[in-house]
Amino acid sequence: MKVTIRVNGDERTLDVEPRLLLVQALREELGLTGTHVGCDTSSCGACTVLLDGVSVKSCTMFAVQADGRRVTTIEGIGSQTDLHPMQEAFWTQHGLQCGFCTPGMIMSAIDLIRRNPDPSEEEIRFGIEGNICRCTGYENIVKAVTVAAAAVRAK
Amino acid sequence: MIPVAFDYVRALDVPDALRLLAEHGEDAKLLAGGHSLIPMMKLRLAAPAVIIDIGAIPGLAGIARDGRRIDIGALTTHATLADSRELARHAPVLWQAANELGDPQVRNRGTVGGACAHGDPSADYPAVMLALDATFTLTGDDGTRDVGADAFFTGMFETALTPREVLTSIAFASAPNSAYAKFHHPASGYAVVGAAVNLTLAGGRIAAARVAFTGVGDAAFRAPGVEAALTGVAPGDAARLDAACRDAAAGAEVRSDPFASAEYRAAMADVYVRRAVAAALQPRE
Repeated sequence: MKVTIRVNGDERTLDVEPRLLLVQALREELGLTGTHVGCDTSSCGACTVLLDGVSVKSCTMFAVQADGRRVTTIEGIGSQTDLHPMQEAFWTQHGLQCGFCTPGMIMSAIDLIRRNPDPSEEEIRFGIEGNICRCTGYENIVKAVTVAAAAVRAK
Repeated sequence: MIPVAFDYVRALDVPDALRLLAEHGEDAKLLAGGHSLIPMMKLRLAAPAVIIDIGAIPGLAGIARDGRRIDIGALTTHATLADSRELARHAPVLWQAANELGDPQVRNRGTVGGACAHGDPSADYPAVMLALDATFTLTGDDGTRDVGADAFFTGMFETALTPREVLTSIAFASAPNSAYAKFHHPASGYAVVGAAVNLTLAGGRIAAARVAFTGVGDAAFRAPGVEAALTGVAPGDAARLDAACRDAAAGAEVRSDPFASAEYRAAMADVYVRRAVAAALQPRE
C-alpha cells in the first residue's frame, strides 16, 4: 500500500505492508535510526515522535495511519551545529546517561513545553510519565526540561 | 513484535464504515486510535483479517454541552477530555479518569469510544460511564440505537456493540458532584481498583448516588449496597459515609491475580470508594 508521509519536512512516499509499524518505516525504510525501540509494548516511550506536532508512540501506530500527515523525529529538530534548545539543555544539564531513552524523552519534552511553556517540576514529571529511563536519570532530565523551557521562552 | 498480516481499508464516513463491516463480516475490526487494538495485535492476541480505519472520519470527535446534557464524539481523544475545562466542571469523574489514563502519548492517540468498545475489565471509563449513567449511541444499518451503560458493558472484553455497528457518541447529564479515585498498577498504569462516584445533592443530603468499580471484577460493575447506604446521608456525617463505604464490593466476584489478591482488592475498593466520595463532596466554585 502506498503512503505519503512528510518526514522532517520532506515528502516521502513508501510502499508498505499495512502491518508495518510507523517506527519500522522510520528506522528500516527511511534509515532514521534516531528513533529507538525500547519495550515495543507502548510503555517506555523510546519510540516517541511528533505526529502533526503532537507526541505519539511510533511503535503503537501503523505507517498507513500516518498517510498524509507530518512526522518529526529526533533527526528533524536540530543539527550538530545548531542544536534544538531541548537537545542543548539535555547536554548542558547532563540529562542522559546511556542515552537510549533520550530521543523519545526529548520529543516528549518538546510537546510538553509546547502545551505548557512554563511547567513546574511536578508538571514536568507528570508530562514525561510516558517515557522510562532505565538509568533512572530523572533528576537531570527534569532539570534539562526546565532549562530548555526557559530558553525557549526567552527566544 | 509483528502483527499477523491484514488488509487495511479506510472508512470515509459512518455509512462507509457500515458498508465495509457488511462486506468483510466478522473478520473485520474497527480501528480508531488503536491504543488497545494495536498492542493486542502485536502480541497476536488479536488477528483480524481486515482493519477498517475509522480514525479519520470527520465529525465524530469533540465535546458539546447543551444545558445539562453533555455529548462526546466517540473519536474524542483522552487528551481532549483531559484538557477540557468544561468537563472538569461538569463531569469531574470523567475528567479525572482521562487525566489518569495511560500517559501523555497514549492520551494523544487513544479515543474514548475505542476504550469503551474494547471493554477491558481494568480500563477506567467503564466504571465512569456506569456512574454517569451514560448513554451509548450505536449506529447500524437500520439507524441508531441508544444503550445505557448498565446494559453496554456485558463482560470481560465484551459489550453490547454488535459486529455490524459503530459506536458513534456517548451522552450523559452534567455531574458536578462526581469523582474518580484510582489505585494505579505501578507498572501498567491500569486500575487495580478504580472507584467512580456520582452524587446528587438536594436539601443538604445525598439524594441519589451512583457508584461503580473497575479493575475489581471481570467487568465494571455498580455497587448497589454503597449507593443505597449513601442515599439520605448528610455530606458532613463522616461516620455514616465511612459506614456506607464498608464492604463496598460485597456480592461481587472479586478478581485475584499475582499482583493483588481478591481480599486485598476488596479492601482497597473500600478505601478508594471512600476517597472518591470525599472528593465528590468537595465544594466547587
